[in-house]
Amino acid sequence: MTETDDTADLDARLSERLTAYDPWRVGLYAVLAALVGFYLIPIETGIVTSIKTATGVVETLPYVPPGPSTFTLQNWATAFDLLVRGIVNSLIFTIPATILCAILGSTAAYGLTLVDWRGQIGVLVLFIAGIFIPYQAVIVPLSRFWSNYLDLTSLLSFLWALPVLEPYWGTLIELTITHVAYGIPICVLLFRSHYKSISTEMLEAARLDGASVTKIYYRIVLPLSRPMFAVVLIFQFTQIWNEFLFSLTLVSSASSPAASVTLILSGIGEAQTGLDFPLRMAAAFVAAIPTILIYVLFTDEFAEGVRT
Amino acid sequence: MSTLDTLRQRLNWGGRDTDPAENDTAATDGGTAVGTPGARERSTLRQYWNSDFVRSMPFWLVPFAVMGLFVYGAIGWNFVISLTDYAGFDDANYSDLDFQNYVEAVTSPQVIAAARNTLVLVVAFTIVCLAVGLTVAVLLDRQVRFESTLRTIYLLPMALSFIVTGQFWLWMYNVNNGIVNAFVGLFGLGPYNWVGNPDLVLAAVVFALVWQFSGYCMVVYLAALRGIPNDQFEAARIDGASTLRMYWRVIVPQLKPATVSATVVLMLFALKAFSFLYALFGGYRPTKGADILATLMVRQAFQLQQWAYASAIAIILFVMTLGIIAPYLYYQYRGDNL
Repeated sequence: MTETDDTADLDARLSERLTAYDPWRVGLYAVLAALVGFYLIPIETGIVTSIKTATGVVETLPYVPPGPSTFTLQNWATAFDLLVRGIVNSLIFTIPATILCAILGSTAAYGLTLVDWRGQIGVLVLFIAGIFIPYQAVIVPLSRFWSNYLDLTSLLSFLWALPVLEPYWGTLIELTITHVAYGIPICVLLFRSHYKSISTEMLEAARLDGASVTKIYYRIVLPLSRPMFAVVLIFQFTQIWNEFLFSLTLVSSASSPAASVTLILSGIGEAQTGLDFPLRMAAAFVAAIPTILIYVLFTDEFAEGVRT
Repeated sequence: MSTLDTLRQRLNWGGRDTDPAENDTAATDGGTAVGTPGARERSTLRQYWNSDFVRSMPFWLVPFAVMGLFVYGAIGWNFVISLTDYAGFDDANYSDLDFQNYVEAVTSPQVIAAARNTLVLVVAFTIVCLAVGLTVAVLLDRQVRFESTLRTIYLLPMALSFIVTGQFWLWMYNVNNGIVNAFVGLFGLGPYNWVGNPDLVLAAVVFALVWQFSGYCMVVYLAALRGIPNDQFEAARIDGASTLRMYWRVIVPQLKPATVSATVVLMLFALKAFSFLYALFGGYRPTKGADILATLMVRQAFQLQQWAYASAIAIILFVMTLGIIAPYLYYQYRGDNL
C-alpha cells in the first residue's frame, strides 16, 4: 500500500519535473515575465525618475536608476510638503464616507435580498443602475445644489467657532455626503452577491423561532458579513481616495484649503521651464502610497471588489 | 414538510383567518370582536405593519432615499437645466424651457467630433482590453508558480488613481526622454509626439488605459475559468497544439457571461474617462483627436460656464450609457443573476 503510494508520488513528482522543462512551459514563463515588465515599467520609471536631479533626468535613460551624482530625495520632500494638506483632507472625507457606504450598503442589501417582498426587484434595479451612471450627468446640478441650495460652509457656520473645525470643513462634509450617495449602489451589489450565498433555511428557521427581521440582521447576517465588510471597505476606500471629478467640481481650486490629494496632484510640477517630471513622479507616489499599501496588503479583497 | 411550512408562512402574511388558533379564539369570543369593522381595519393595519415589506423598510429606505435623491433626482434636475438657457454666473431661469441646446449640440462639429472619438475609444479600448485580459487569464490559469504574486502585479495599475497614472503616462510618452519613444526608436521609428499629435493621441490613450484595465479583465476571466469543471481542462491538456484549439472551442464559449459583464463595465468606463484625460493633458482641453463627450461636457460647464449646454451634452452621454446598461440589466434579470 505504501509502496504504490510512493511510486505514485514519485510519478507525480517526475511528471511535474518534466512539465517544468517542457518548452511550452518555458515559453509560458517568458511571456508572463514580459507581462510583468509591461505592467511595471511605467511604475518603475516613475520611481527612478522621482529620485533624479534635473540634470540626471536629461543625462540618463528614463528607466535607469540614477548614479550617486544625480541622486536626490529633494523631489520627495517637496512633493510631501505640497501634498500633506491634501492627504489630511482626503483622509477626513474618505474614511467616514467609506464606513457609511459599507453600513448603508449592507443594510440595504439585506432589506432587498434576504427579506422577501413584492416589488423589491424594482428598487434593486434602481440601485444597480445607479452604479453605472456617468457622473457628468449629475455634476452640474450637484455643484448648484451644494453651492446655492445647501451651502454647508455657511449653513453650519455656528460649528466653525469650535476648536479644530474650520469653515472649509463644510466642503469636506459635502464631499463626504456626495461620496456616500454615489458609493451606496456598488456596496449594495457587493453585499447582495454575498447575501445570496447565505443559506435561506437557516434564516427561515430563525424566523419560525420568532426572530424579527431586525434581530435576524444583528444576530445572523451581520456576523456573517464580516469578510464582505473587509472587501467593501478596502475597495471603497481606494475608489473614494482616487476619485477626481467631485473634488475638481465641488472644491473650487487646488489652492483651496479643502483641496483633496488628487486635486493638488493634478496641478503639480507645471514649472516655468516646462514640466518638472521628477517632482511630478515623486508627488504621484506620495499621493498613491495609501492605496498601494492597502492594495498590496489586501490584494484578494480588492480583487473580489473589482470582480463583482 | 419544512419548505411547505415556510411557503405557507410566507403566503400567510395577509390571511389571518386561516390560522386555526386564531379561529378558536374568535369562536370562544362568540364572534363579536372579529366581526366589527373597526377591529378588522385594525387587524389589516397590523398585518400590514407586520409584513416583510414594512419590516424591511428601515434597512433600505434611508440608503435608497439618499441614493435616489443624488442619482435620479440630480439626473432629472440636469434634464430640466438642459432645457433652460442657464449660462455664466446668474441663476438659472426655469420659466422658459425649450430643446434649443440639443439642436445646437447635435449640429455642432465639436460635439460630432467628440462623439466619434468617444465611439472609437469605447470600441477599441473594450476589444483590446478583453483580448489582453483573456490571454493573461488563460496563461495564469495553467498552474503557474508565483501565481498570486503575478496576479498582484498585473492588477496593480487598477489600484492607482487616474491622476497618478496620467502623470506616469505623460512621462512615458514624453517626446525627448520618454520610454515609448526609446522603444520605437529601436526599430528606427520616431520620435513621435504621442500626446500632442491629433492622429496618434487616441491610440496612445487607448494603450495607456489598456495598461490600467486589462488586469481587471484578467481577474474577471480568471474567476470564470476557475468555475469551469476540471475534466474539461484535462481533455484540453493533451499537448500544446491541441490546447489552443481546445481553449478556443471548449473553454472560451463558456466565458460568455464573464465577457458580457466585463464588456459593459469597460464600455461604461471608456464613456466617462474624464479624469485620466484631464491628468494627461493638464487641464480641461485634451489634444484635438482625444476630445470625448465626457471631457467636452466638463469643459463646457466648469471652464466656459455654459451650464445648460453642458447639461444637454451630459444627457446625450447619459442616454448612450442607458443604451448599454438597459439591455445588460435585462439580460441579467432574465438569467436570474440580478
